[in-house]
Amino acid sequence: MAEIELKDVSFIYGAGQPYEIRALDHISLTIGGPAVTGFMGHTGSGKSTLVQLLNGILKPSDGQVLLDGKDIWAEPKKIRDIRFRVGLVMQYPEYQLFDETVRADIAFGPKNMGMSKEEVDARVLEAARFVGLDETLLDHSPFDLSGGQKRRAALAGVIAMRPEVLVLDEPAAGLDPGGRREILTRIRDYQRASGSLVILVSHSMEDMALYCDRVVVLSHGKLLLDGDCASVFSQYETLLDAGLDVPQITYVAAALARYGIDIGRDVYTVKYAAQRLSEKLGGGAS
Amino acid sequence: MSECFRVENLSYSYPTEEGAAPHRALDHISFSVEEGSFVAILGHNGSGKSTLAKMLSLILFPDEGSVWLRGRNMSTDDITEEDVLRARREVGMAFQNPDNQIVATVVEEDVAFGPENLGLPPEEIRRRVDEALAMVGMTEYARHAPHKLSGGQKQRVAIAGIIAMRRSCIIFDESTAMLDPVGRREVMDIIEKLNREEHITVLHITHYMTEAVRADRVIVMDRGHILMDGTPREVFSQPEKLWAAHLDVPQTTELLYAMRQHGLDVQLDIFDPDECASEIAAAISRR
Repeated sequence: MAEIELKDVSFIYGAGQPYEIRALDHISLTIGGPAVTGFMGHTGSGKSTLVQLLNGILKPSDGQVLLDGKDIWAEPKKIRDIRFRVGLVMQYPEYQLFDETVRADIAFGPKNMGMSKEEVDARVLEAARFVGLDETLLDHSPFDLSGGQKRRAALAGVIAMRPEVLVLDEPAAGLDPGGRREILTRIRDYQRASGSLVILVSHSMEDMALYCDRVVVLSHGKLLLDGDCASVFSQYETLLDAGLDVPQITYVAAALARYGIDIGRDVYTVKYAAQRLSEKLGGGAS
Repeated sequence: MSECFRVENLSYSYPTEEGAAPHRALDHISFSVEEGSFVAILGHNGSGKSTLAKMLSLILFPDEGSVWLRGRNMSTDDITEEDVLRARREVGMAFQNPDNQIVATVVEEDVAFGPENLGLPPEEIRRRVDEALAMVGMTEYARHAPHKLSGGQKQRVAIAGIIAMRRSCIIFDESTAMLDPVGRREVMDIIEKLNREEHITVLHITHYMTEAVRADRVIVMDRGHILMDGTPREVFSQPEKLWAAHLDVPQTTELLYAMRQHGLDVQLDIFDPDECASEIAAAISRR
């Protein structure tokens, strides 16, 4: 099981220039598995900078990023190996599809890792299965796929490298509710099946609540909250101040408390709210 | 009230490679939209929402059926290119990605881009730009560089560009999809204000049910057809139908639905957290 540690990491865009921006300000954080960890924060909070530090696309201005206890920048020439181990799926990854067939596109990563043709083929099939992409689509041009299929093909391209850490920046953005559920469920199932570490960036509190085991909240480049969904969403005043929102159901729970029906502050899914309410009803009726 | 849009028996298929069966994006749909109304359009990916938007803004033209703009049939053979260009000046369109809609390096110049292309005198352009920026609350950023703004602010600048063209109806094609919660709220507040105060006809395409409940009317699309059409209360009180179409209902409705399964006598068409809590509390005390 992989573990990523950020040790007092800062990142400054345009360092030394009059308009330098401190995107991350002394962040220390350990992310270990097995779990899906969610990163949340308003626009400009530093979450996208943070995910790009995890696989060495960006280099910290200060501090260290450790993968299994080893500084990823210890040997800068070997940073490519880190990128095979930490897979990053960027926002709208379907814009990065480029090859003639879906199969060739998914194979690009494993091929560059120097695998044999048989191994590459096996990886492609395995990845396509994980993301729920029908095998008959593999010989189509990626540009003939629907939006949701393109998104899954791009995701398969990273999964095919079997990264120990899979980082996804807004993987469900722009998908309809059914599509969101499907892709996020598949990502979570992938995490459970592969035992890899999954890091998910999202604006959607509802999605965080359903798919993440742990939530890390950033605000203005600093760590604001860190814990399981219940403990983070129960601090909704802090979240609102940080320009975020909480699931609508959390507000309903707060309003219920004002009507004398206390189902707790840590309510963040409808299922849980319904369960707590029905327990109360059961107790009152029988 | 007069009619802004009307579509009659509208069908459209995207061209496909030879031999492949054409994909019918819109399949004989008909409806009309009143002047000054606020309509939300929901539907799964590929349901035909964006195709419909492109039909109404005369970017695409129907294979079958007709699009009417303010009582004029825009799909007859005697419609000239000039007629289409004139009609496009009535309908503005805002897209999903704010970065794809901004052309200038200074906010006010970006807003001025449209009016400049209309060939308006400089004083008139100045007046419209100032007015449009005030309307979206971006006056203090008039001389800022757009790339340094947040997503919500960029989207507001793009909307100001449409307002400066004096569009009397605006189609928002998932204009909130890429924004964070604060950005979404900012843009939704502007959209609502344009409709309520400036009486601009609004068609808002979205995946967010909490946004759709703010409209006067909700149209739900499913595989090129209209599945549902009514007020938010009418539409969201039928959660099973929406779930079957890969859509969601507001969490308030979802909770009330679950409470109904537990035997509580509650309404489903409640979207405000406080009203939802009060409905549940009242039903519990009635037991």
